[in-house]
Amino acid sequence: MAGTAVSGRLTWQLAELVEVIVETPHVKTIVLDVPSWPGHRAGQHLDVRLTAEDGYQAERSYSIASALDGTRVALTVQRLEDGEVSPYLTDELRPGEKIELRGPIGGYFVWEPSDRGPLMLVAGGSGVVPLMAMIRTRAAAGDDTETRLLYSSRSPDDVIYRDELELLSGNGLGIVHTLTDSQPPGWMGYARRVDAEMLAEVAPSPAERPRFYACGPTPFVEAVAEALVRLGHDSPAIKTERFGPTGR
Amino acid sequence: MDELMLDGNAIGGLLQEVFAVEMTTAIGACGSCGTGGPVGAVHVYRGAGIVLRCPHCGNTLAKIVKSDSRVWIDLAGIRVLEVTV
Repeated sequence: MAGTAVSGRLTWQLAELVEVIVETPHVKTIVLDVPSWPGHRAGQHLDVRLTAEDGYQAERSYSIASALDGTRVALTVQRLEDGEVSPYLTDELRPGEKIELRGPIGGYFVWEPSDRGPLMLVAGGSGVVPLMAMIRTRAAAGDDTETRLLYSSRSPDDVIYRDELELLSGNGLGIVHTLTDSQPPGWMGYARRVDAEMLAEVAPSPAERPRFYACGPTPFVEAVAEALVRLGHDSPAIKTERFGPTGR
Repeated sequence: MDELMLDGNAIGGLLQEVFAVEMTTAIGACGSCGTGGPVGAVHVYRGAGIVLRCPHCGNTLAKIVKSDSRVWIDLAGIRVLEVTV
């Protein structure tokens, strides 16, 4: 397997916050410097651990948003109002401060340019994060694998990476948005939840043998996977990552 | 459908902690229906412990309970586990 080591015990290491980027009203990207980072592949995640003064620990998984970039690792975090970890990461952690993490983790929900395509990415809300790592990895490698992203958001303000996606589109990358709850005036695009009809219109046909990566809240991923199988796509070619009802 | 359901990706860190090898690409064969597939694709339910279920037949593949210093793993529902070493 190319890239980083697949074996070896995971160890907790310290990461320093370098930069915070506001993506949407509820989502921020935190850029970390991890001195002993062994590298990662697009689609992998890492575990973050916070320890309170009384020793209580909370652990959460976050998808890596960035392509491989030395010791820099970017996480895009949705702030959950009642969350134990996300409000700390998005609102309290300051540049220069440190958190504990371990990773990279995972090998199933991973794409590398050598895997080729056509690549069909289906994102629900912050499920776009590991798919963005794939898009960024593809761009950084100068890869021209035919790639489409179908990205479902509630409103235009909730679209994460909007400007960057626009910049990266072209060169074999097509991006289709659907805005489920509110649309800007004059919106001609999709304005409903992802369904079989939409997937049939946007995704390559089963004969082209596309590789699917679907990530989002569990009900979203279930609906997408079921629709794809119904459209005649091969079940093992549909890779899924679910993050529960409210996000990671 | 249970909205709280996750999948094998979500416990990649815990499994790697125990097995010391990347486990989401390991192939498990269900002890009930016999279907084989990657651990990353199994259904995962988190409560006091973690339950892994076959995405095809719903059979309980494995149960994992963790304390601060020990992990208990019941693999009774998995017939074969194939791991890349």
